[in-house]
Amino acid sequence: MKKLLDSALSSIVKRRTFMKWGTAAGGAAVVAGNALPLKAIAAESSSEKKSEEKVTWTACMVNCGSRCPLQVHTKDGVITHVESDNRGDDVYGDHQIRACLRGRSIKQRVYNPDRLKYPMKRVGKRGEGRFERISWDEALDTIAKQLKYTIDTYGNDAIYYQYGSGTQGYKTDGPFAGKRLLNLIGGYLPYYGNYSWGQIQFALPFTYGGGRPAAYGSFTSEIANAELLVMFGYNPAETRMSGGGEIYEHTNAVNSKNVRTIIIDPRYTDTMLGKESEWIPIRPGTDAAMVEAMAWVLIKENMVDEAFLERFCVGYDEKTLPASAPKNGHYKAHILGQGPDGIEKTPEWAATITGIPAKKIIQLAREIGSAKPAYIIQGTGIQRQANGEQASRAICMLPILTGNIGLAGTNTGEMPGNYGFPVKTLPVGNNPIKTAIPFFKWTDAIHRHHEMTDKTDGLQGGTHLKNPIKFIWQYAGNITINQHSDINRTKEILSDESKCEFILVFENHMTPTARFADILLPDITTIENYEVASNGYSSGSLGAVIPLVPAIEPMYECRSAYDICSGIAQRFGLEEQYTEGKTHEEWVAELYELMRKEQPQVPTLEDLRRDGPYTQPAPESIRIALKDFRSNPNKHPLGTPSGKIEIYSEKLATIAAEWELPEGDVVTPIPQYVTTWESHLDPLTEKYPLQLIGFHTKGRVHSTYHNVALLREAVTDAVWMNPADADARGIKDGDMLKVWNDRGETRIPAKVSPRIMPGVAALAEGAWYTPGKDGVDRGGSFNVLTTHRSTPLSKGNPMHTNLVEIAKA
Amino acid sequence: MTQLGFYVDTAKCTGCKTCQLSCKDENNLKVGVNWRRVYEYGGGDWMQNADGTYEQNVFAYYTSISCNHCAQPACTKACPTGAMHKREKDGLVVVDGDVCVGCRYCEMACPYGAPQFDAEKKVMTKCDGCYDRVEQGKMPICIESCPLRALEFGPIDELRAKYGTEADIAPLPDSSLTLPSLVMKASRYAKPSGDRTGRIINTREV
Repeated sequence: MKKLLDSALSSIVKRRTFMKWGTAAGGAAVVAGNALPLKAIAAESSSEKKSEEKVTWTACMVNCGSRCPLQVHTKDGVITHVESDNRGDDVYGDHQIRACLRGRSIKQRVYNPDRLKYPMKRVGKRGEGRFERISWDEALDTIAKQLKYTIDTYGNDAIYYQYGSGTQGYKTDGPFAGKRLLNLIGGYLPYYGNYSWGQIQFALPFTYGGGRPAAYGSFTSEIANAELLVMFGYNPAETRMSGGGEIYEHTNAVNSKNVRTIIIDPRYTDTMLGKESEWIPIRPGTDAAMVEAMAWVLIKENMVDEAFLERFCVGYDEKTLPASAPKNGHYKAHILGQGPDGIEKTPEWAATITGIPAKKIIQLAREIGSAKPAYIIQGTGIQRQANGEQASRAICMLPILTGNIGLAGTNTGEMPGNYGFPVKTLPVGNNPIKTAIPFFKWTDAIHRHHEMTDKTDGLQGGTHLKNPIKFIWQYAGNITINQHSDINRTKEILSDESKCEFILVFENHMTPTARFADILLPDITTIENYEVASNGYSSGSLGAVIPLVPAIEPMYECRSAYDICSGIAQRFGLEEQYTEGKTHEEWVAELYELMRKEQPQVPTLEDLRRDGPYTQPAPESIRIALKDFRSNPNKHPLGTPSGKIEIYSEKLATIAAEWELPEGDVVTPIPQYVTTWESHLDPLTEKYPLQLIGFHTKGRVHSTYHNVALLREAVTDAVWMNPADADARGIKDGDMLKVWNDRGETRIPAKVSPRIMPGVAALAEGAWYTPGKDGVDRGGSFNVLTTHRSTPLSKGNPMHTNLVEIAKA
Repeated sequence: MTQLGFYVDTAKCTGCKTCQLSCKDENNLKVGVNWRRVYEYGGGDWMQNADGTYEQNVFAYYTSISCNHCAQPACTKACPTGAMHKREKDGLVVVDGDVCVGCRYCEMACPYGAPQFDAEKKVMTKCDGCYDRVEQGKMPICIESCPLRALEFGPIDELRAKYGTEADIAPLPDSSLTLPSLVMKASRYAKPSGDRTGRIINTREV
């Protein structure tokens, strides 16, 4: 046993020499389901009489969008290594779902020196990171008391259920367990939207209508039927890495017909590497300008599909412009310089904005205009910009103008569609609190709730907030500090304990957010829990039902959210209502049987747990976005007011007229390029000349897996700089740098590489905020540089719009 | 004797490093010990036009390399103890940790960086072709883990019959030095061994 644990922990102990072996072995004693004192364990294990080897199916449950199965190998209750899906012949279409390097290193996440072992309460100031061990009874009593106090003093709407995605894909635990409890005790302040796709999912329903998954287009498998593939910032090699999901489907589809591929991105990403036919580097935040110039070429050279636009769309030209719109309020007038701004959107006009030569814009426009069908897609970094709503709608204009909609080999310009196997979830009840805040506005709801309305801050389901946020419920998220914008300002807001009075954090590890907890609860990892998961939201066309069986016993004193919430419910006298007399595992089994009634082809739970995930390819009928609409628009109208594709949206015209927008924020009924704050055209560039964008590193999933030393070694964090920008600052590859603006500063080594455009720097998001004594971050944490200022329409996160300066530290 | 070897498709590879991490998990390797390494090779120039727009000819690709179990290994020749040896039955080059004195001559001799020193145990370690797995009829863990299906393993004669004999892609050395049991597929931008137009970009990761 000791030997096994030695090897399991070998690479960790070096990092934390203060961690005593006794502690680790003590954890393992609990792991083995054995309450013997340590010496007895040592005596028994030294003889190594029993050597039980086991393989258990479970999964990597993080927010990359995939859900990769893992086979965890254990010996005497200790993880030795993991395998992924290695079943069958791996024939493409019914292929293995292979985990990437993150899932492969899950042993290091489970046996990690950062693991939380027992409940703790804060001592000292909030955020200092000083805690004291308490019993589960004291923790649950404190939480119940604080919930009652908050409800009695302010109301349920002062309890905020905060975004968190560090553990993704639970169906019966985690967020479901928490919301079920909060609804039972009168509800909570909810949010809408999310940090990943807040802008695009808010914006595109104005174009394509509701009633369908927002911003999900055709499956990537459709690329195989296309003549041309155009990708705006879409980077599956670094964001959709599962060997069963989008990157694998993407490369197979492209290779099967050698589809000509043009990729527009400020970085030469790992999706390219010679797989692209052409890379077009573009200045961040200017995609809409590039699109407008291509629209100009398409119009001037008669390559727009007039028949499609007239029959299926609203607002392209005067023929389909709504009566309420101003004269020349249509798209064509805007492009040709006959709209309010009077600017003709020529390739030369766009060249100076985007950094792309005019001849290149003309060439690509002609290619898009003549290739039938063309598959046009965008990634979601583009919409995480100061006016990301405009950019995401603008890109959709290319397939719309060329009629590349609803046919084989086309896409709507949205993100790729994905199959989601319908796995049942724990019922959470109903939340009586109807007013919701945008996911990004919670710091505002702490310190200026009285100013927030539906027309200033995007409240939905109500016009005002009665109460500020007084209680934050944070389950498995690092949003509170690390993944929200402007860490320094967030810290300042949270440090006033009279404002937000209580922060409850459920975590596996001592994250930057965990350090801000008032009560910190040790959650079990997904490797220690039962679940039946679905395939995720970006796993391509292969649906899956994935069993999770505990590979090891819960470590230390860790408990599941379901068990914790049962304990809180008991303190409200609601345990029976909460559990309905069922353990968590019984819920899993019951909900599985309910699913099998609707999906009888799925194996029994026993077989699933023994044989591994059940997979099922998406039906062909759902792979082309808007196929029904294209084949019969009268029978299958879109969920827009007109039932058509709304290039001109009257709803947006109303919002533009009624909302109170800060200076510089622009909402328009047609999609159009807007020069924003902290763009490369902002006068602030005199002080901060570089545009800084974030990206998703292969070495972690957002901030999850950051504390795995093997991953930090394999994919080192560094700020990407073009040699021209580095030379101008006397910076060499590997130099320690300071990157700063008025919001903060971080220290991080340089990666000098031609793979990034001049004038642009790139830093992977998710590194853990690690302030020095001077308050300057030493962890390379991206969000010390980002802003709380929201985007105009969805009030979301413009995290890739930042101006900075960089110098040797 | 059957000589086992690797096939690496640099056109499929996205540099994700799952091979490197699955190897480290399977073999319990510490930070600093990488039986499989993924080299990022790239280059190209940027030029600014008068209107502020840019032209460029940037390229990059990755090569995932472990031990090539060479026909003429430099490591075994450099080894003074015989700890580093080539197996008769399958041509895999492995190190006997009980014999190794940790002189690190093999590390200096190998042009592929395959021998990886274990500083705690003070012995050399390296890719052993997962011979224990192979003997059980399984593939080496790196092969089975590759999300892009860019890696293969087997008798090198068969791999060469299937894919040819390319093994001279930058930043790898000239294959005539050690006759590696390695076949590669070149990515569109692959440069020949000895190329000076690019460089290893991820020096701190390999």
